[in-house]
Amino acid sequence: MMRRLKSIGLHAVLAIAALLAAAPLLWMISASFMRPGEANSSPPPLLPAHPTLEHYRALFTTLSLGRYFVNSLLIAVGGTLLAVLITGMAGYAFAKLRFRGREPVFRGLLAGMVIPGQVAMLPMFILLREMGLINTLFGAMVPVLAPIYGIFLVRQYAQSIPDDLLDAARLDGASEFRIFRSIVFPSLAPVLATLGVFTFLSAWNDFMWPLIVLSDDAHYTLPVALANLAGEHVQDVELMMGGAVVTVLPVFLAFLFLQRYYIQGIMAGSVKG
Amino acid sequence: MTPGGTGAEARAGWAFVTPALLLIGVFFAIPVCGAFLLSFTDFDLYSIGDFGSTRFVGLKNYQDLLSTPLFWTALRNTTYFVVIGGPLSAAASLAAAVLVNAKMLRLKPLFRSAFFAPWVTTLVAVAIVWRYIYHPQYGLVNAGLSHLGIGPIDWLGNPHWAMPAIILLSVWKNFGYNMLVFLAGLQAIPEELYEAASLDGAGAWHRFRHITLPMLGPTFVFVGVVTMIASFQVFSEPYVMTQGGPLKATETLVLFMYEEGFRWWRLGFSAAIAVVLFLLTLIGTLLQLRLRKATER
Repeated sequence: MMRRLKSIGLHAVLAIAALLAAAPLLWMISASFMRPGEANSSPPPLLPAHPTLEHYRALFTTLSLGRYFVNSLLIAVGGTLLAVLITGMAGYAFAKLRFRGREPVFRGLLAGMVIPGQVAMLPMFILLREMGLINTLFGAMVPVLAPIYGIFLVRQYAQSIPDDLLDAARLDGASEFRIFRSIVFPSLAPVLATLGVFTFLSAWNDFMWPLIVLSDDAHYTLPVALANLAGEHVQDVELMMGGAVVTVLPVFLAFLFLQRYYIQGIMAGSVKG
Repeated sequence: MTPGGTGAEARAGWAFVTPALLLIGVFFAIPVCGAFLLSFTDFDLYSIGDFGSTRFVGLKNYQDLLSTPLFWTALRNTTYFVVIGGPLSAAASLAAAVLVNAKMLRLKPLFRSAFFAPWVTTLVAVAIVWRYIYHPQYGLVNAGLSHLGIGPIDWLGNPHWAMPAIILLSVWKNFGYNMLVFLAGLQAIPEELYEAASLDGAGAWHRFRHITLPMLGPTFVFVGVVTMIASFQVFSEPYVMTQGGPLKATETLVLFMYEEGFRWWRLGFSAAIAVVLFLLTLIGTLLQLRLRKATER
């Protein structure tokens, strides 16, 4: 009996907490379908009285959110593909290939992990300006291309690849690049998927660096465009909620379908870290 | 670990790490060093057009910084955010992890995902959502509070409430991540410890206090360091929700750095703020690592 009460209590507490955690996102979705001005009433309505798609129509026509969506997508997808390849190679080499200077270089990288990215931003802006990379999609991708935590994560995982397997391939005359492509890359697939979802997420959600490096409206990413819109359309609650939904939706869908990679990545990275 | 290896292997090793090292070198290591150099110069809008007009000014930027009231305000606000928001977020994460880890809980993955979901969302987007949720007249928060008989609070318009409001958003956004970290830590605790304690008649609180908490020691250090480093960098929330106001109550170090550097183009002065940010993070990390050593002994 006591056990049963406890169980009901636990489920009730968690259900309320989960509802509270989801409430802002649910309200965002609901308000995006409300008529203009509808959300600004007291008490605030929870559901639209007459659901409308007009805000989404406005966002993708007059406010050209579609273009920002494409920019965000190109930066996030391009950055992710490059990061997975670059980090995968480096992580594997740090784990499995013997070369002089490997350990000190790796320790140097680890030490760099405690330096906040913002410390580098001012000189990086000057540098990218000299390189002509301001207002380019590549310029906006730069911070996600070689994440140190990613190299660390891949290295941890790659250590479980048996040396015998690699040595056997070498005896068969396979080149190191061939070994990487046909043996290592496939066996790193799970950790690279984890790394990929995290890189996509951080590239998509990043705000400060794109804000600095993309000053030209045509190159804005969704978060930068949204922050700008929020300044101009302070009163248009429902419209802004539509913009927020469009911005959040892709990362949210990616999470729903790939959640095990997120969860594994966080749980694995922390226990050993 | 033997250095060297065969020639081909060593060459391949360097070839494989070179793209990553080049990128990290050019776009991270050099800029970080550059930030230190920049902070000793008067690099400004004119210097961008003509590097030659830049002069070495020694410690002047740091002297100016220390005598700028807004710097101290930003430092105080950032510390407020780190010292209150960090522990609050860790406590929320731990509570959620312990509850979700309960053996009698059904639909565990559903709850886990519900709590983790805010973490994957885009900060700028949810900050805009929360700006409306905090609306003094039409916001959900005040509507909820009015049922409890609590009068309307001007969350983002009142200098006393603006930072707590930002902290609450940030806890909501981030606690799911550390919940997973704590869950991993909890699952690594051997079940036998709890069984033995139960046989000895230890209650739930006693088991939590004397088994769970000590066994989570290293997890706490990890969560502490990661949360603290991230908290020092708080920028998007005040940028989107309050622009540092009202009355500079939510002006943070990185927001101050951004405004000085990219609005007023005083890059040298702004770099001094970046160096301060670096030093704060370094000191914070060393303190926590020291704490870890102390608790392990």
